[in-house]
Amino acid sequence: MLISIKNLKKDFVNEDVVTPVLKGVTFDINKGEFVSIMGPSGSGKSTLMHILSFMDKPTGGVYEFEGDDVSKLDDDQLAEMRSKKVGFIFQSFNLLNRSTVLENVMLPLSYTNIPVEERSVKAKKLLDQVGLSHRLNYSPNKLSGGEKQRVAIARALINDPEVIFADEPTGNLDSKSGAQVMKILQGLNDEGHTIILVTHEKSTAEHAERMIKIKDGSIIEDCKVSCRQRAEDDLAK
Amino acid sequence: MDFFESVQTSWQMIVRNKMRSLLTMLGIIIGVAAVMIVLSVGESVQALIMNEIKSVGTNLIGVLPGYAEENGPPASAMGIVITTLKYEDGEAIINSNNSHIEALSMYVKGSDVITVEDKNISASFYGTTASYIDVENAEIEKGRFFTKDEEIGNARVVVLGGKIAEDLFPDQDPLGKKIKIKKTNFTIIGVFKKKGGGLMQTQDNDMYVPIKTAQNILLGINHLSFIRAKVDKIENIDSAMEDIKIILRDRHKVDTPSEDDFNVRSTQQAITSISSITDALKFFLAAIAAISLIVGGFGIMNIMLATVQERTKEIGLRKAVGAKNSSIVFQFLIEAMTITFISGVIGIIVGSLLLFLIAQVVIAYGLSWSFIISPSSIFLGCLVSISIGLIFGIVPARRASLLDPIEALRYE
Repeated sequence: MLISIKNLKKDFVNEDVVTPVLKGVTFDINKGEFVSIMGPSGSGKSTLMHILSFMDKPTGGVYEFEGDDVSKLDDDQLAEMRSKKVGFIFQSFNLLNRSTVLENVMLPLSYTNIPVEERSVKAKKLLDQVGLSHRLNYSPNKLSGGEKQRVAIARALINDPEVIFADEPTGNLDSKSGAQVMKILQGLNDEGHTIILVTHEKSTAEHAERMIKIKDGSIIEDCKVSCRQRAEDDLAK
Repeated sequence: MDFFESVQTSWQMIVRNKMRSLLTMLGIIIGVAAVMIVLSVGESVQALIMNEIKSVGTNLIGVLPGYAEENGPPASAMGIVITTLKYEDGEAIINSNNSHIEALSMYVKGSDVITVEDKNISASFYGTTASYIDVENAEIEKGRFFTKDEEIGNARVVVLGGKIAEDLFPDQDPLGKKIKIKKTNFTIIGVFKKKGGGLMQTQDNDMYVPIKTAQNILLGINHLSFIRAKVDKIENIDSAMEDIKIILRDRHKVDTPSEDDFNVRSTQQAITSISSITDALKFFLAAIAAISLIVGGFGIMNIMLATVQERTKEIGLRKAVGAKNSSIVFQFLIEAMTITFISGVIGIIVGSLLLFLIAQVVIAYGLSWSFIISPSSIFLGCLVSISIGLIFGIVPARRASLLDPIEALRYE
């Protein structure tokens, strides 16, 4: 078991007004799964992803990662987990325009002990995998949206993460580039990477083998594509 | 984030916003240059004064009329005429049995406008003793200095400083010529070798006549301006000074040192008191110049706060990919320190160029100025500028590190 959350809660407090965003969420994710977390905006899916990816702390409940309780880690420990265990793909790419493509991919390694020479070897290999080895010294603002997201994917993989979080990875892309990015993610999953995809688009979510639907801070559906297919088939009948 | 990456990032930031960076750095550049100039000019002035004193000799004792606190300024330096010191006092000292006093000279001072043909030159004259030459290590270029007989015999002879001799007689040999001082004719019997340089009395521009002639004929006085005694070794200065005090107290019928109507001081003392004064002045001016550094520091802080705001999203990203708060603090501190260090280096270069110009100008005025850039001021400039980056970078760096990664990533 890679991820196991039990009764996970998150409240936002603003001037004494407590707003529950996650109201006790429970599920497990195994190593190598491709899971999409789907829901409308304000449903709590982003908050859930932030907690799962060690960017935020839960208010209640238990979060176990690789069997260890990680719900009470401090800021530095969370940073350590982000550095070693997860990779991020953002909707808005978040590339540094003043750095080259290669430097952008190497960025997460700045916060590790990996020697500088190894960093660029590794980054070049990953950029080759996403088909951008001819763009190493480009500034990201010279790239197309699809290329930018492929750089971001390479960056997400550089630290050999246990799990890749993709937050609306196709949200800023045209359909062709979006399809290309999803194909890469699928390929990564086939190679054994665990991928957690957060989206509000059903078509994107359907690339995953498992879909967790969330609404108003609670899970309303959690099933494999096979079961979803069956449900749709039943409905069709 | 390692050191070089941070330095590289800040270099990129500086280059990308050239105008903004320059304006930000200006405060530190001016501050470092100003402090450096003040310290170096101070050192050069000090060296100039010290050379002056040393050229006269470090084994000299001066006796001045009137009471003075130890290391305080003598009353005569304030322009007060005190008549307590007499020719006989000097005679008594040299005739005492202190074997360490090698030579002793006495002085009175006056000035007049000297007319030769159609040239008018206003010059100072000193009435002094024949022993002047030994006491002051003076060198005669032409002719001779006056003798003891001339000294006491009201002889109307004069020895000219090298420069005034040139000014008065540009194309002629001054020896044997006559000049009028206070309407009295004097025969020129000698010319001093030019010493050059010099801030205080230089001998080059002065004229020297026998002391009795000056007292009786030119000035109509019977007191002295000062006495100088040359001691054989620096170690014997203190005992010679004590002996001189005892002799003078005895002659002036003074019972307690607080009633002294004279004061005795050594060149060593003068060196100490002059260095303490110039040091104080130097550091006072440097402190004023340093205010610019503090102002510059706030400029750095301001620009770093703006940078943090501009790069909020980047900070969010860095935190998302694993940067700890301490890494972010480190990065922004290094950036601030890089900016201030570069400013410091530019300040040192600007300061050195200005010091070079100052030296050229001062040398053009004929003073023997040494172009000093002390390694300590370069080191200090670097250290201070880096420290300013550290001190004024802390607040922005800390603010950056405390950004919430989720909020920061959403920042537009």
